[in-house]
Amino acid sequence: MKSFDLIRPATVQEAIAAWEPGASWLGGGTNLVDLMKTGALEPGKLIDLGRLAVLRDVETLPDGSMRIGALVSNADLADNPEILRRYPMVSEALLSGASGQLRNMATVAGNLMQRTRCAYFQDPYAACNRRAPGTGCDAREGENANLAVLGWSDACIATNPSDFCVPLSALDAVVEVAGPSGEREIAIGDFHLLPGDTPERETALQPGELIVALRLPAASSGFAANARYLKVRERTSFAFAIASCAAALRMEGGRIAEARFALGALAAKPWRVSEAEALLAGQAPDAALFERAANAALAGATASGDNAWKIELGRRTAARALAMAAAGTPQRMPALPASVFAAQAGEPAHV
Amino acid sequence: MSDTLARPMRFGSNSGQPLTRRDGIAKVTGAATFAGDNSPEGLLHAVFVPATIARGHVTYLDVESAERHPGVTCVLTPQNRPPLQGDPSAKPTMFSFRIEVLQDDTVRYAGQPIALVVGETLEAATEGARLLSPRYEVEPVRTSLDDNEAFGFEPAGFGLPAGAEHGDVEAGHAASAKSVDVTYETAAQYHNAMETHAVVASWDGDRLTLDMPSQALMMSCAGYANFFGIPPENVTLSSPYLGGGFGSKAFVTGPQVLAILAARMAGRPVKLMLTRQQMFGPVGHRGATRQRLRLGIDENAELTVIDHEGLAETSTFDDFVEPAANASQGLYAARALRSTHRAVRLDIGTPGPMRAPGEASGSAALECAIDELAELAGIDPLECRLRNYAETEPGTGRPYSSKALRECYSQGAARFGWADRPLEPRQVRDENGLLTGWGMGTAFFPAPMFAAEATATLRPDGTALVETSAADMGQGAWTALAQIAADSLGLPMDKLEFRAGHSSLPDGGIAGGSGHTATAGGALHAAGTDVVQQLGQIAAADPASPLHGAGNGRFVARESRIYLEGDDTRSEAFADIMARTGSAEITGSGSASRPPEDAERHAMSSHGAVFAEVKVDPELGQMRVTRLVGAFAAGRIINPRLAESQLMGGMIWGISFALHEEAKFDHRSGRIVNADFAGYHVPVNADVQGLEVITVHEDDPFVNALGIKGVGEIGVTGTVGAIGNAIRHATGRRIRRFPIRVEDLLAG
Ligand SMILES: Cc1cc2nc3c(=O)[nH]c(=O)nc-3n(C[C@H](O)[C@H](O)[C@H](O)COP(=O)(O)OP(=O)(O)OC[C@H]3O[C@@H](n4cnc5c(N)ncnc54)[C@H](O)[C@@H]3O)c2cc1C
Ligand code: SF4
Repeated sequence: MKSFDLIRPATVQEAIAAWEPGASWLGGGTNLVDLMKTGALEPGKLIDLGRLAVLRDVETLPDGSMRIGALVSNADLADNPEILRRYPMVSEALLSGASGQLRNMATVAGNLMQRTRCAYFQDPYAACNRRAPGTGCDAREGENANLAVLGWSDACIATNPSDFCVPLSALDAVVEVAGPSGEREIAIGDFHLLPGDTPERETALQPGELIVALRLPAASSGFAANARYLKVRERTSFAFAIASCAAALRMEGGRIAEARFALGALAAKPWRVSEAEALLAGQAPDAALFERAANAALAGATASGDNAWKIELGRRTAARALAMAAAGTPQRMPALPASVFAAQAGEPAHV
Repeated sequence: MSDTLARPMRFGSNSGQPLTRRDGIAKVTGAATFAGDNSPEGLLHAVFVPATIARGHVTYLDVESAERHPGVTCVLTPQNRPPLQGDPSAKPTMFSFRIEVLQDDTVRYAGQPIALVVGETLEAATEGARLLSPRYEVEPVRTSLDDNEAFGFEPAGFGLPAGAEHGDVEAGHAASAKSVDVTYETAAQYHNAMETHAVVASWDGDRLTLDMPSQALMMSCAGYANFFGIPPENVTLSSPYLGGGFGSKAFVTGPQVLAILAARMAGRPVKLMLTRQQMFGPVGHRGATRQRLRLGIDENAELTVIDHEGLAETSTFDDFVEPAANASQGLYAARALRSTHRAVRLDIGTPGPMRAPGEASGSAALECAIDELAELAGIDPLECRLRNYAETEPGTGRPYSSKALRECYSQGAARFGWADRPLEPRQVRDENGLLTGWGMGTAFFPAPMFAAEATATLRPDGTALVETSAADMGQGAWTALAQIAADSLGLPMDKLEFRAGHSSLPDGGIAGGSGHTATAGGALHAAGTDVVQQLGQIAAADPASPLHGAGNGRFVARESRIYLEGDDTRSEAFADIMARTGSAEITGSGSASRPPEDAERHAMSSHGAVFAEVKVDPELGQMRVTRLVGAFAAGRIINPRLAESQLMGGMIWGISFALHEEAKFDHRSGRIVNADFAGYHVPVNADVQGLEVITVHEDDPFVNALGIKGVGEIGVTGTVGAIGNAIRHATGRRIRRFPIRVEDLLAG
């Protein structure tokens, strides 16, 4: 691992002042430090946000929205009673990710900013436009079974691996950021960028900006009674998604008044299609309807390699997640959150 | 309990007890020191640089930058590597592999060491290694079974497996009423014990001290001594604890030789510990296979032929061909049988033996193919296996030393509820709509013995010391071995001091091949027996002893007393004999190995039956093993807790083999793209449900004096096929490639 400077600022202002090109913010380190060990990332300076206690709060604001500090751990957020009550699929998604130890370390902002799991991004000796612009994309002709089928470009076919971001997208979360030129807000839908010709630009953050908080709008808690996250994966727990979906319905008199759903692991950002959601509004829930909506969400999907199977899997995952949401949010978090095996009775918790 | 007690207690009362591991508390409290935990005075740290290409030459290393880095003390490359006395491309013993120790600038596989950097700190050495920034001349790589010409070979023991041919194979094909011709593939797997390979090496003149995890202490001493031109007895190897080995810690490896060399050059101790990523290359793996099985049955579903062709990868510079087709040799009563092996040379590290080498991959394919036959014949898979039950060893006709496989089938099936299985696939859904399937497989593993020695010393205070260099890989060998030793001396466990895991002790042999308890245990038993006979003779010569005059008889020991065998009225306490005769310590020695004539007379194997239930999401394809019942007959079980734990571990490996483990190569660079535990999956707790082990009683008078067969590897066999068959039964899909993936079930 290359030598680097470690700065531990005491205030957000100090943190911002410490930034310079080549510096990285350090949250829990569960993603960044791994990539430094392989040599994929070589920041010259780490700005450890760990002392910024102001970024550790979860609060309900006067307008009813919830504000989550950037440094709240994934574990604490998942267990937060207000989050569980008002935005249960956020907890379900968090608990389906990584492992208990990792969730204790991982921060909310770090989760939003986590890098793709594309093997070639992690391998400093591979060609990767996202890591080293202009070098090419080894994934195109290589191991790409779990890469993108939506929104990819010739320059990059990577996916965003985050579970957390999928319900955030469905629930219209807002990202609060601070930087050298002050504070601003970014809608979650604008936060992650599709690769286009510039896959190295992964988010809407400007150089020197950091995430200070996330906000979940008050209105989004209107879906709490019918909100699920479903994650298909290669083992029962502790694996990244191969397809996932966060589905939320607001039911009125047996009909869907409003629907939101986003897909994970299929593109460089959580995938939301407003036409697909619109199909559901005003309808009575049924399997054929969910299939139509799922098809609409996957419209335009194409294989970027040996991954055509993910298109059909994505459709089926979305249709199933919508059906699960229609069936209602369970009273208790399933022992296997977001799992196709979640309904198994008597299971010890494997979160 | 009553029927347990009614059984003849041939060897005393410690054996058969489910004792917990003697080193358990030391391990869970962190008191146990593994090799890498040692940091002697003046320690230096070594880091090797793995090649990032798989074939070609190193053309440049920035040695200057690395040497300039503060704290770096030495950079070892092919240019300045001092000569070694041993030839790295020679194979001085049967169990030697060719290794890479910077003998030239050739790169033979990704991950091969191309330089070693030594520093005052691990960080300095790591940064020095990075600064070397190698450049290469790259040649096209071959990493898939189709990338090179397959070749046949003359069998040459270890690494170049013999096949077998019995009966008229062509006639067997011709006589079949129904047949299958199917090809199965298994992926490359890397051992990845929790503790990665490590060494702390210190020199004192021409004497070498090694802290190093080893499954074969004496073999390791000889192996490393060979490279440094010193006699094996100049090497002291301490291996008190191993964090797993699975076959990969029995051999000399290049990185460890380089660290020892660095220690000699520096005149200071050197530590080297592989990173997780570095485990994927220079320390062996289970080679990928492609196996073609052509099986035929007659109208009664009796096998007319088993024709098993194995194709496996090996490296460009050494031979280890997965003996997969051999799994078909000893199991089913086919009229004709042929197993053959071919290999493909690839730009990979040399494969090696990994838990159930041959049998694991071979059984996976065979048990699925048998299932395909049963389906073709329209009969229950268990019935199909019973119709082809081998009463004697197929081909040779030798009797089995013991074989309670029928009982394994019936007890396993009963516990599992197999009788309720619908014949047709895709019939059953559970209450949540998940497809549910049941499959089974036969488990099979040979019961070899190697050679081991031990000593036992009875002390006047009534305690005893027993010693053997035997390794404990974490499975609890030391506990089971101590139980055997205590019984041989007629002592309770708390009177026994047990020393092992150090090369200064008598040669405890190899912890491998599922033969360790039988072999090292046999030696300990013999040593204890020797002490008992000596003490008996002392008593027999003493007019004051109740045993006086019994010198022609044999003696047995129980509860710290010597008895005349067959006459319980004549006995005397150890302490009384020793006190009266003024004996100091009495030391006995023993050894164990299997006489060739015993090996000739009987076929010796462990057997078992594994039953699996899987659930599969009908639309999404995600799979889960929800029940796994294994019934095993493996001779005498010394410690049921530890044996069950070993068998369970094997079955969990079977889940891993069937559904998870796969090293994925980038076939252009030759690098493994998932060389870490985020990408290289093994089962987690949530993947292991409803695991049950039954040990079926087997009293084997021929296999060895103690009647022990072995439980270390057999659990993997049978299980993989059982899971593949259960997935077929659940979904109607037959997947002929392991691990089975979600995408396999979605396709089409
Ligand atoms: C084995 C393994 C399995 C995993 N499985 C899953 C899974 O199933 N699902 C899943 O969703 N995730 C999974 N993860 C990923 C995990 O969720 C992330 O590693 C974690 O969320 C990152 O958070 P962190 O605080 O540790 O980030 P860090 O590693 O500290 O940082 C990650 C990135 O975020 C940036 N960053 C950190 N804080 C800020 C800030 N305030 N503002 C701007 N940028 C910032 C850093 O500079 C860095 O680029 C897994 C990780 C591992 C190692
Ligand atoms: S897919 Fe994107 S991240 Fe992966 S190698 Fe290509 S450019 Fe890099």
